[in-house]
Amino acid sequence: MRRRSIIGTSLAVVAAMSLTACGGDGGGEGSKTVRVTLVNHVWTENIKKVLPEFEKQSGLKVEVTQLGEDQLSDQYNVKLNAGSDDLDVMMYRPLQEGKLFGKNKYLADLSEKVKSDSAFEFGDFQAGPVQATTYEDKVVGLPIITEQEVLYYRKDLLTKSGFTAPPKTLDELKAQAAKIEADNPGVAGFVARTGKAAAVTQFSSFLFSFGGDFVDASGKATVNTEQAKQAYAYYGGLLKDHGPENISTDMSWSEAMAIFTQGKAAFYTEANSLYKNATDPTKSKVVDSVGFAAFPAGPAGSKPYNIPSWALGVNDSSENKDNAWKFIQWAAGKEQALAQQTAGVPGARASVWANPAGTASYPKDLAEANTVSTANGVGHDRPLVVKVAQAREIVGQPIVDTITGKDAASSADTANAAFQKFLDDEAK
Amino acid sequence: MSAVLTPRTDSPEAPAAPVDTTSAWSRWANEHRKWLFAAPAMAFVAVLIIFPVAWTGYLSLTDAEGSVRAESEFIGFQNYLDVLTDTDRFWPAVWRTVLFTGVVLFFEVVLGMAIALLLWRPFRGEKWVRVAILLPLVATPVAVGMMWRLIFDPNIGMANQLLGWIGIGPQPWLAGQHSALPTTMFIDIWQWTPMVVLILLAGLTSLSDEPQEAARIDGASSWQRFRHVTLPLLMPTVIVAILLRGIDALKTFDILYATKGRGGGSFHEVETLNVYAYGLSFDYNDYGVSSTVLIIFFLIIIGVMWALTYRKKGLGR
Repeated sequence: MRRRSIIGTSLAVVAAMSLTACGGDGGGEGSKTVRVTLVNHVWTENIKKVLPEFEKQSGLKVEVTQLGEDQLSDQYNVKLNAGSDDLDVMMYRPLQEGKLFGKNKYLADLSEKVKSDSAFEFGDFQAGPVQATTYEDKVVGLPIITEQEVLYYRKDLLTKSGFTAPPKTLDELKAQAAKIEADNPGVAGFVARTGKAAAVTQFSSFLFSFGGDFVDASGKATVNTEQAKQAYAYYGGLLKDHGPENISTDMSWSEAMAIFTQGKAAFYTEANSLYKNATDPTKSKVVDSVGFAAFPAGPAGSKPYNIPSWALGVNDSSENKDNAWKFIQWAAGKEQALAQQTAGVPGARASVWANPAGTASYPKDLAEANTVSTANGVGHDRPLVVKVAQAREIVGQPIVDTITGKDAASSADTANAAFQKFLDDEAK
Repeated sequence: MSAVLTPRTDSPEAPAAPVDTTSAWSRWANEHRKWLFAAPAMAFVAVLIIFPVAWTGYLSLTDAEGSVRAESEFIGFQNYLDVLTDTDRFWPAVWRTVLFTGVVLFFEVVLGMAIALLLWRPFRGEKWVRVAILLPLVATPVAVGMMWRLIFDPNIGMANQLLGWIGIGPQPWLAGQHSALPTTMFIDIWQWTPMVVLILLAGLTSLSDEPQEAARIDGASSWQRFRHVTLPLLMPTVIVAILLRGIDALKTFDILYATKGRGGGSFHEVETLNVYAYGLSFDYNDYGVSSTVLIIFFLIIIGVMWALTYRKKGLGR
């Protein structure tokens, strides 16, 4: 008897607590407040500046939550798993989370919406990016930023070592890096991402240019083909022999970029969308000497990735989908896409690339490099699977192994076996 | 509301009407007073501790992955079997957890004891020294991690610059495959020794002077006095310090994550059980396996706690 009353009381209290929790304001069906989660990016800074414009014209209020890439992923994991409805618009990575979110039905189907608005001109989006934001024939996201890998280099160091032009091939890159490093003690010939998972995307262009890929057409793992082994040996070897001293195997773009912008490296391969970090005087010491070139050609030619790095989608559990769509309509619309492109963020709409104003603000050599990359680019920069994070760790292992002096070929064999097992598990 | 608090021995002359409506409730409340007042706390424990642990326990018996809302199958103890036979990630993580905890605990207690003894007797400028020693304790671990990460950067960090001045070549510190774990241990010791100092100092201050004086009169040296008088008297406090710090060290996450990131570095150099479990759920979305690791970890912590409190009781006798 006594026991039952305890349970009764506790239940009553719990019920009271949860009822109060529901009483909060904001959100809900047709709410005038749209909650938008965005990543730290130049795109986000640009869009925040013009938000008042949108709020005025639409009569909606936009609440922005801005997070770093990792925190953003974690936040989505927690909230979407819980079926939370307090996210309306989500900025996400189609190649990293697209399949996972699609499979879990986290993203609302926008197919009807994109087609119903002719002014939005859905047909203007490039085909590759649209493919990445489509899941099982449904449009679940709108690509807003594209990325290609380019070569960042130091013009002054090249001139000093007697080179008149940046390397056209990977062989030349190695030779120039070695010479510059020998001529300038304390400066590394080459720097790039070294973290096991972080490096995979930037390594992919090397892999493609050597003629390899992560997976073949039949879905088999191919990270131990002759081409892949050469690519691992080249990338890891270049960092080991001509990279910074005491090289860390945890570097993502921010650490590698810091080494380059502090003037401690001659060459750097990285996504072009990050170029402002090297040309902004408040962040970089090499503003006057930084140059850009197309990704150097390997045995299979110059094959950098050309991918949609970020997209906007709507949370399927959101009760404010119509207003969320209004935000996307504006933020991914033609006008904003051109404004972003002009401000240095490469877009996914064909029209902004065709418009001369779209590339006018880019450094001239970067615009040229972008054109080359867009033409030859490969549409992915990581294995296209559901559990991308895990796959990246597997195919990234030979990179760190090679950097620390292990044999690339045997490490690639081990990685391939593990990757095949991973693919088999995922296909089950 | 005051009716609820009215004692049962209230006089029968109390106003009739209000008593009629509240009496059933008030009588009931009076009879169950201790439960009523404890209810919020109990609900809190149920909702925020028991439910999550039970849910984790349930998840550990399923193959939940991708999304916890997705359908999952009950697979019994398969996850436990897989995890306990995993010599690639799980056992190395257990070993690192034990090693990390053992090493930092040893240094924190020894250094903490030494500093506490130094601060025990009053001296000039004591206040400032105490404040300075406690500073690391009040800093946020993530900020501490970021700070040391900058200091220990192999290329642009201060540590290597200082070493350069005294003619020692640059060290890889956090970047090295074998030096990363010791470096994170150093950071942990730097941050948490002050807490041990604080606990031991409190214990020392509460000791009475008489045994010390007696020992001094008997001609005991200062080492003998420490070894045979101070230390045995202080032992219960030392055990408390070890208990608190030990459990905390087992669960260390922030410093490791802030300095080495996901997976404890590219070679999992600093991947402890906590970091591993985090990666399993947040990077791999393998909720079943992750829950299994967490339940095993939970049992390990309970085991350690039990062993330490058992030892404490043994000493008390």
